Amino acid sequence: MKDVVSSELDVELDGLIVCPTCDATYRFEKPANGERAVCQRCHKVLIAPRRNAGLHIIAVALAVFFLIIGAAFFPFLTIDAAGNRNAVSILDAALAFSGGPMIFLSLATAALIIFVPLARVILTMYVLVPVVLDRPPARHAIRAFRLSEAMRPWSMAEIFAIGCAVALVKVADLAHVGFGPAFWMFGVLVVLVVAQDSFMCKWSVWNSLEHPKAKRS
Amino acid sequence: MGIVACRRCTKAQPLGTQTCPRCGHVLQSREPLSLQRVWAFWVLGLMCYIPANIYPMLKTRTLFKVEESTIIGGAVDIAHYGNYGIAAIILIASVVIPLGKFWAVAFLAISVKQRYKVTNHRRQILYEVVEYIGRWSMIDIFVVAILSALVQLKTLASINPGVASIFFALSVIFTMLSAQAFDSRLIWDAEAKDGGPARDER
Ligand SMILES: [Zn+2]
Ligand SMILES: [Zn+2]
Repeated sequence: MKDVVSSELDVELDGLIVCPTCDATYRFEKPANGERAVCQRCHKVLIAPRRNAGLHIIAVALAVFFLIIGAAFFPFLTIDAAGNRNAVSILDAALAFSGGPMIFLSLATAALIIFVPLARVILTMYVLVPVVLDRPPARHAIRAFRLSEAMRPWSMAEIFAIGCAVALVKVADLAHVGFGPAFWMFGVLVVLVVAQDSFMCKWSVWNSLEHPKAKRS
Repeated sequence: MGIVACRRCTKAQPLGTQTCPRCGHVLQSREPLSLQRVWAFWVLGLMCYIPANIYPMLKTRTLFKVEESTIIGGAVDIAHYGNYGIAAIILIASVVIPLGKFWAVAFLAISVKQRYKVTNHRRQILYEVVEYIGRWSMIDIFVVAILSALVQLKTLASINPGVASIFFALSVIFTMLSAQAFDSRLIWDAEAKDGGPARDER
């Protein structure tokens, strides 16, 4: 960073990449597919392009979209004890907090396990489909991708899945618990959500939004 | 230095650029008020964490009795039944992780002002662990949600959420916001100021 003289700045800037975590500056060099560019100071992965990553992400996103909708409405768990039966969907679980200020908790839970993951999937498809088809980016694609990235820590489907396991053990000796179709959908969903986040190279997306059709491989 | 970087898309811009032309993110050489925001959310989180442990988390009603259990009380009950693994998960997710997170965020925020013998890389790892693991505390809220929805067996048994659940959820949210407010570049600034290892270029 110190080496750059200000008169050269305009020419140089495009050739620089700055680590968002520690502010170290590097001369830009695109790694080959499957390779990774890692910050030498703080070891953050800066660029990690993959072949056909866009296509994979879209396919996974489509699957996640239908799984979320299915998992939200189909029965999720059933409980059976001395003739009393109760079947709940994930939406029921999210809305279990009722009465007074508990409503807030219901809304928050529903958002964290259903609406935020759903919104991220829709935004991802909106941003990536034109890019993969070599079309100019969709309108507001940049804002959409920013929003999707900002929501990332608030998407908690995988945590809910572990929560299910804990809850099942808690009631196992109280009653007989059965699994509905949504339970299995949700299991697949969690695996896909985690896989999708590891496919995505943020830098590649930003780059393709800035230079449509350019520098693609 | 002459340049300011976009934290969202890593593009470099001349110093003084207001918003990133690539992604529209507001550019700041260092987030102003980063530490103030960290501490504000930290205090809010801690204030919510205390009632979360005092008030009951679950109200269990069975045929003959109504039981109210706090977070720790619930874990102890489970351990009594012999489910040590689950008791450990609950204790780790609802007690160890939140307390560890309060300590870690406070340590990071203090360590950028004061000097400690902890390498920057260690502190960076600590920060990443805090950011990653903080969300997992939400697990207790989800367990309460599932139990309350599922166990509604008319006269036989029912489980309902207690007041503590709302405080606990708020505490997790505030500590997540506190960790997000921390500008990790501050960790590395102290070293640059000391004239330590030079910023490496490639
Ligand atoms: Zn770095
Ligand atoms: Zn940017």
